[in-house]
Amino acid sequence: MFELKDVSKTFTLHNQGGAVIEVMSGASLSVRPGECVALTGASGAGKSTLMRMLYGNYRAQHGVISVDGVNIVQAAPREVIRLRREVLGYVSQFLRVVPRVPTLNVVAEPLLALGVPTPEAKERAADLLARLNIPKPLWALSPTTFSGGEQQRVNIARGFAHSFPALLLDEPTASLDATNRAVVLDLIQEAKARGAAIIGIFHDEAARAQVCDQEIDVTGFAPSQAA
Amino acid sequence: MTDHALLSVRGVSKRYGRHIGCADVSFGLYPGEVMGIVGESGSGKSTLLNCMAGHLTPDAGEVFFDTAVDGPRDTLRMSEPERRMLSRTDWAFVHQHARDGLRMGVSAGGNVGERLMAVGARNYGVIRDSAEDWLERVEIDKSRIDDRPTAFSGGMQQRLQIARNLVTGPRLVFMDEPTGGLDVSVQARLLDLLRSLVRDMGLSAVVVTHDLAVVRLLANRLMVMKSGQVVESGLTDQVLDDPQHAYTQLLVSSILQV
Repeated sequence: MFELKDVSKTFTLHNQGGAVIEVMSGASLSVRPGECVALTGASGAGKSTLMRMLYGNYRAQHGVISVDGVNIVQAAPREVIRLRREVLGYVSQFLRVVPRVPTLNVVAEPLLALGVPTPEAKERAADLLARLNIPKPLWALSPTTFSGGEQQRVNIARGFAHSFPALLLDEPTASLDATNRAVVLDLIQEAKARGAAIIGIFHDEAARAQVCDQEIDVTGFAPSQAA
Repeated sequence: MTDHALLSVRGVSKRYGRHIGCADVSFGLYPGEVMGIVGESGSGKSTLLNCMAGHLTPDAGEVFFDTAVDGPRDTLRMSEPERRMLSRTDWAFVHQHARDGLRMGVSAGGNVGERLMAVGARNYGVIRDSAEDWLERVEIDKSRIDDRPTAFSGGMQQRLQIARNLVTGPRLVFMDEPTGGLDVSVQARLLDLLRSLVRDMGLSAVVVTHDLAVVRLLANRLMVMKSGQVVESGLTDQVLDDPQHAYTQLLVSSILQV
């Protein structure tokens, strides 16, 4: 599902003397359907950078990033748009939504974008919100005013609303209590069981041990070591 | 995914005397896509929008649109009546200032109904029902149907303009700073409305704005213009989060944080 070959990334800061910063080179990895891979490495090692490249949010300078057979490095924007709608889900640490849109609609949105009828999409959204213990009175409110932990759970519900065959999870259990953490780990297990390929960043070691099949230390993709 | 672009812009250039309006702009827009165009004042984004929408005649280039009836046609080489028909049926244009897109002396219902009549609707009851339906869809209470837009707030006028534009079921909407000049809370409401309409009607849109927060939420693709040239284009979040061109980097880093 995910296939990376010899991926490299540099940032060129045109407005700071044209400084070129190499952040990654020779990154290769592969994730099969039903498999969950954890990216590890110290803070600043490039875990988030790699996640963003996998989503097409950061551009790679070199190499192949193939998701479900589409090479994101070369694909036209509309191919990546389709991939993100149908195949590739991303649970980021930050919730970015139009203020005033009710939480239920925020969670249902990925399904509506796929053409799922509104009642069905909202039903699925309601199931997930209930499972993640977001109190029902909050569903009609915009999540922009919620606490950090609540926003994160809304983000997770949104990411799991559609059964994406490929998922990127950035710290999905970071600010959750034990009950909700268990719910999220169950969601991940269920996604694996239906054949989803998952790449995640988990600082929570116990969580990593419970759901991940493989750990990849991104320190190995640092330019100095690959050169 | 269809392989047919809804709109194909090829080599569009426009000069104002010695000054460049826009230079050699090409891109394809596919069904359901929203393309944002950003750049500072004078970068050529509005010139480009007006060239595409037929309000300005470019000096060179082609603007092919996949018409519902005849398939792809170069809109720049259409006859004036053909283009006028297109702008009432398949196309819509949302102006920054609602008063440029509305008839201020005509009631709200009349503003919506007029566009229907322009494409041949004649039954008063049908037109009025349709106008009522659209006022509700843009969240204007239907009790206001006989009021003139002059009695509306800026945000309401903008929503009325959108209703007037969308009532005929267009497939492509051009928008020039649709949220410009509105309060932030009104902007959010309008953005939410536009997003739902784009999704539910399967609309494609080209949105010119200088507001990067607006494009992030509304557009899935982005072009950055400077001095009439497109300096960078790509997925909206990629261009904003990993800008490659010096000018885009400057633009993104200049945003004030709240």
